[in-house]
Amino acid sequence: MNKTIISWLQVLPMATILIAFVGIPLATVVSLSFWTFDGLEYYPDFTFENYTKVFSSWVTWKIFFNTIRYAVITWAIALVIGFTVSYYLVFHVRNLKIQIALFLLCTIPFWTSTVIRMISWIPFLGREGLFNNALMSAGFVDQPLEFLLFSDFAVILTYVNLFTLFMIVPIFNAMVKINPNVIEAALDAGASQIQILWNVIIPLTRTGIALGTIFVMTLVMGDFFIVRVMSGGQSTSVVSAMKNNIDQLFYPQAAAMAVLLIAVVVFMVSAILRVVDVRAELAK
Amino acid sequence: MAHGSKSGRGLTFYLLTIFFVLFILFLYGPMIAIFILSFQGETGGMTFPMRGVSTHWFNDLFASTRYGDLAGSFKRSIMLGAIAMLITVVVSFFAGLAFRRRFFGSGPVFYLAIISLVMPGILVSLGIGQMFQTMGIRPHWLVSGLGAHLSWTLPFGLLIMFAVLNRFDSSWEEAARDAGASPIGVLRYVTLPILYPGLIAVALFGLTLSYDEFPRSLLAVGTKNTLPIHIATLTSNVTTPALYAIGTLTTALSLGLIVLAFGAIGASQRRHKK
Repeated sequence: MNKTIISWLQVLPMATILIAFVGIPLATVVSLSFWTFDGLEYYPDFTFENYTKVFSSWVTWKIFFNTIRYAVITWAIALVIGFTVSYYLVFHVRNLKIQIALFLLCTIPFWTSTVIRMISWIPFLGREGLFNNALMSAGFVDQPLEFLLFSDFAVILTYVNLFTLFMIVPIFNAMVKINPNVIEAALDAGASQIQILWNVIIPLTRTGIALGTIFVMTLVMGDFFIVRVMSGGQSTSVVSAMKNNIDQLFYPQAAAMAVLLIAVVVFMVSAILRVVDVRAELAK
Repeated sequence: MAHGSKSGRGLTFYLLTIFFVLFILFLYGPMIAIFILSFQGETGGMTFPMRGVSTHWFNDLFASTRYGDLAGSFKRSIMLGAIAMLITVVVSFFAGLAFRRRFFGSGPVFYLAIISLVMPGILVSLGIGQMFQTMGIRPHWLVSGLGAHLSWTLPFGLLIMFAVLNRFDSSWEEAARDAGASPIGVLRYVTLPILYPGLIAVALFGLTLSYDEFPRSLLAVGTKNTLPIHIATLTSNVTTPALYAIGTLTTALSLGLIVLAFGAIGASQRRHKK
């Protein structure tokens, strides 16, 4: 049999499932964005009304800005933590077994429920939570801090807690592949630690950083549940606004917003993939 | 830098160690707190202090009807997870084999997998729900729900297969072929046994990602909830430590699966060394 035909047969189940449950559904969302909603029901049409509604409302721009703000702040914090943790594990933990064990320790929460891990912050952040009790008994504050729970602070804290490991794994993988001789050579040539970090390690981990960035940005931009619960309903992101529209059966309008979000996500991801060829790097 | 310095640990090492320990505390602290709080006494609340220690809230989960059909949601989630796991392992395995060569059409399939990975889950969910409605089929957790889960587990399965196949030397397969093995024989006696630990990793991802999946299922499961959706709805109306008891149980199950998977990988690697 022809080799290409064998490859096709092997990839056929994957392709079929992805087309059926990703390709066609996303096309459905795009077509839905042109439908009409008459206040009771929505039905097929070809109108740009949903888009004009979405684009002309300043609320749309505000929540897009808010979502991107969340994404950028979370990304920056996750990047610093993820890079530092990986750097420590790869270059400062000398025993390979301990290195693997500590790496697994960082990744285990990935396999547990995000909903549960989000809930876990509530006893910490509440008015009578652990933070406030600790701060009050240490005498730092007289009254419990109100901004801890149900605020932007709580939302971003939860994001960082949940998503940083998506930054650690790819950066760690990239760093582990750095040949120690390259660093030896830089040391022999008289480079300082900072120079090695800046001129050797960071450039060689850029694939990991790119992958981590894609993960963290898209996870934050796709969230509606954490922002709803942890901000106490005070803050809105694109997807939580969409979810509100869906709950009120404003499906076409939700779809128009979804298309806008897809455009932003695809633009961002393809911009990153243009800078680093992830597929070629994965095959290394 | 560990590779360069032959002398003792510098200040950087200790600072980084402190940073790492703080990060681990940040990662696990809240989870540990709710495990402890789930054993809260009967009169205790959702935060510390503990008012005695009891298994009251665990018993309450099973005895009370206040929490809806938790057992049903749990059963559905386990079943979905098991089916999604089997399909993910088989489908990712063959797709991974195909992707060892670049062939016509490999690019679009790869990018479709990446799109599935980065798309906000609720968009996929909305699309699947709407697609079923357009076709006039009622969403069902075993059909549209399963599809939603596969859209999440398959891209991960494929990426892991890439990583696994990186370290796989195709000359072993060629050697078997030269020795007269049939294509099925090569697959059965060479490729599969060597890739076995990687496939367990794919299975672990398939099962746990499906078991914990939430946004993609939301609009795609129909009238019967999965466990994460059930828990998410409970967060807004349960204000007792029973919520933490659910968290403890479901996390314990996930951890058990992880231990089982790593045990299996370790056992297979020890067998190979002999």
